[in-house]
Amino acid sequence: MTRESASQTAGPYLHIGLAPNAAGLPMFGGDLGARMVGDGAEGTRMVLTGEIRDGSGAAVTDALVEMWQADAAGHCPARDPAFTGWGRTTCDTAGRFRFETLRPGALDGQAPHVTLWIAARGIGLALQTRVYFPDAPENATDPVLSRVPESRRDTLIAAATPEGYNIKITLQGADETVFFDI
Amino acid sequence: MSGVFTGRLRTRATGLHPPADASAYRSTALRSPRHAPIQLPSTASEETGPVFGHDLIGPTDADLTRNFGPGGAIGEQIIVTGHLRDEGGRPVPQALIEIWQANAGGRYRHRNDGYTAPLDPGFGGCGRCLTDAQGAYAFRTIRPGAYPWPNGGNDWRPAHIHFSVFGAAFGQRLVTQMYFEGDPHIALCPIVQSVPDARAIDRLTARLDMDATIPFDARAWRFDITLRGLDATPFEGRP
Repeated sequence: MTRESASQTAGPYLHIGLAPNAAGLPMFGGDLGARMVGDGAEGTRMVLTGEIRDGSGAAVTDALVEMWQADAAGHCPARDPAFTGWGRTTCDTAGRFRFETLRPGALDGQAPHVTLWIAARGIGLALQTRVYFPDAPENATDPVLSRVPESRRDTLIAAATPEGYNIKITLQGADETVFFDI
Repeated sequence: MSGVFTGRLRTRATGLHPPADASAYRSTALRSPRHAPIQLPSTASEETGPVFGHDLIGPTDADLTRNFGPGGAIGEQIIVTGHLRDEGGRPVPQALIEIWQANAGGRYRHRNDGYTAPLDPGFGGCGRCLTDAQGAYAFRTIRPGAYPWPNGGNDWRPAHIHFSVFGAAFGQRLVTQMYFEGDPHIALCPIVQSVPDARAIDRLTARLDMDATIPFDARAWRFDITLRGLDATPFEGRP
């Protein structure tokens, strides 16, 4: 068996390849993953914002964030033709990111959640985490959340905002986000 | 409840990827989680992923010598080609591969790159393609230059091309870098050497492929990529 190819950091210039238009490089007629929700998509629209900080509390301004999630009915991959389920964005100068998406339905015995994937300079193997919602009763029985030490579970629960939810991601330190190898 | 953990994705190999905290690569110091990631068998969330259609890819997207400006790119003309497979040896078809790189002088077209080498008006530095039914891919580009980078000392990156790869499952997502056979900087680079397995580094090193060379035009380099295994039948994990 040939094992997986080794990962390497995406480096500080990842925008050129993965979000060129956002970085001022007009390519390919637009950036992939910039629009997740099309006209006529079913479900509740939701803005998921977030911010990424390093072990010193400094904003991580150069990260790429991708999201993968179920559609509003809980199908993954999405069956709703007006919804891609996949998004990609980059952090701004304050380390913030933003996805305009749909609130996912409960999937296959799991509480509603989205998967986030984070690549940046100084990250050798991209970090994978999940975002859950504070008002979902399914959280109490979610099989993944229940395997996270209770003291760290809060790092995976977004906070409600006027337009949706916000998640704070801390790469290192006291409030370090839970990352997964799933 | 255990049915959620179908485990179709093979467990990620240990001792293969760079550790989060690779001290010789200074940027990892404050960006490395101190807790190990929580390991669980895969669920439907990781075993599925976005699908990209062939209509996405324009005719010159995979040709970095022509996809940015008129007149072509300066530098050694090369073909980079290979196969994308999973750990079971199965081809991964219709997978999106995106690449980015410095120009022939070692300069990126990026606002944060202040290296003295000039920009090439004919070179943007990114390309993309989908693998074919056999998992094969090919790009045309120029050989990137080596360049110095701030890491506390006199550090130079070996010539490299960044690769971003999707598989059939989001849990197979991989970002890596391709190096060129014979480059003396491979052995000196803290980023390359953060990979703990010498054989894994060797597999990130592309080989000259004379059979794929276009005579009197461009030399070819072969770079095969392997993603985590994805089994068709569920394995009932017991987390």
